[in-house]
Amino acid sequence: MMLLSADNLHLWRGEQHVLRGLSLRLDAGECLQVTGANGVGKSSLLRALCGLLPLEEGRISWRGQDMRRDRPAYHRELAYLGHATGLKADLSAAENLRFSAGLRRALSAAQIGAALERVGVGALHARLVRQLSAGQQRRIALARVLLCDCALWILDEPTANLDGRGQGLFAELLQEHLQAGGLALVATHQPLNLQDPRVNVLELA
Amino acid sequence: MSGPLSAGRAALQLIRRDLHLALRRPGEWLQPLGFFVIVTALFPLALDADLSRLRDMAPGVIWVGALLSSLLALELLFREDGQDGSLEQLAVSGLSLAWLLLAKTCVHWLLTGLPLVLVAPMLATALGAPAAALPGVLAALLLGSIALSLIGAIGAALTLGLRRGGTLLALIVLPLAVPVLVFGAQATARAIALEPLAGPLYLLGALAVLAATLAPLAAAGAVRISLE
Repeated sequence: MMLLSADNLHLWRGEQHVLRGLSLRLDAGECLQVTGANGVGKSSLLRALCGLLPLEEGRISWRGQDMRRDRPAYHRELAYLGHATGLKADLSAAENLRFSAGLRRALSAAQIGAALERVGVGALHARLVRQLSAGQQRRIALARVLLCDCALWILDEPTANLDGRGQGLFAELLQEHLQAGGLALVATHQPLNLQDPRVNVLELA
Repeated sequence: MSGPLSAGRAALQLIRRDLHLALRRPGEWLQPLGFFVIVTALFPLALDADLSRLRDMAPGVIWVGALLSSLLALELLFREDGQDGSLEQLAVSGLSLAWLLLAKTCVHWLLTGLPLVLVAPMLATALGAPAAALPGVLAALLLGSIALSLIGAIGAALTLGLRRGGTLLALIVLPLAVPVLVFGAQATARAIALEPLAGPLYLLGALAVLAATLAPLAAAGAVRISLE
């Protein structure tokens, strides 16, 4: 049994038929990279898989059960990172994590500090997010994904605004997540450069 | 690794977050309060300052002022969270979105509703209400402002995706707020006339409970649609 499977997904955005009968399967330790031209529906696919967009047709199953039957249980195992980072500009990096990832599970200051350290912005923990660069904000958002401690990652352009080292760091984090038995769906144009070959590429057209 | 937070503790975290943010930007929620005080202070200037006439007008003045100022504050409720992606994160957090929005609305009431309630006795006195009327004025506005914040949450959620939702927000919220206005002003009028006011107060309480039950569900539905 696959952990995540989607069958025959159909999705319309306005007049545009974005997904036409798309199916995908993902099991523990596997990563699916979603690529395709701009506007082809990568973000829509990811948002639909998160349950944020209603499908016209099709079925998404998590652990063999239709996701719509128990959405909260599915969401508790899902960490989503979208275009908007979901960070509050007027809170510090550490406060942001305390109040976002901390909404899902109890976190100590040490855990938050360690996560910020892991994504390379440990020294910025007390700075307000509005004073940080877009790339630094992305890193904090990645720290949130780490802290959520979820099996399934759905990440939309996680390496946007990241410098070369940041992209290397992301590949490392992803690799660790997959090796620990996690699943990941990543929409990105850049090659993921994992040493582990288990990255399937889904090209939308 | 620790398990997921209970719904109650998660809501508490969200409340703390919003209070933190509000403390960093006090201007945002002090403005509606200032608006309320100034609007009610303008009436005696525009009308002649005959105290008995002011006293008759006081309930209407206070309630229309409270309604408009709560409307002014509503745009703050979900807009920023919608723009920066926080609402999206709340929607996929595995917690009930309606419950989280109720928590957010509670903070909103604490910051923009409760201050109105607290300055109301002062304004009522300035408009000629006797001291014995003040507990009644306070109670009516307390219940009414809770209902107004909750009803407003529906409008704020419905206009979330719009660039300039302010006017539409007023058009959606004001008709829904009419029962609160009617019974609130009636309760206040009775308090000022030193008549028994339990009847309209009970009705206001019922409206607040009804709004607390239904408004978060409606707001959650509207937020989900705006996230699509």
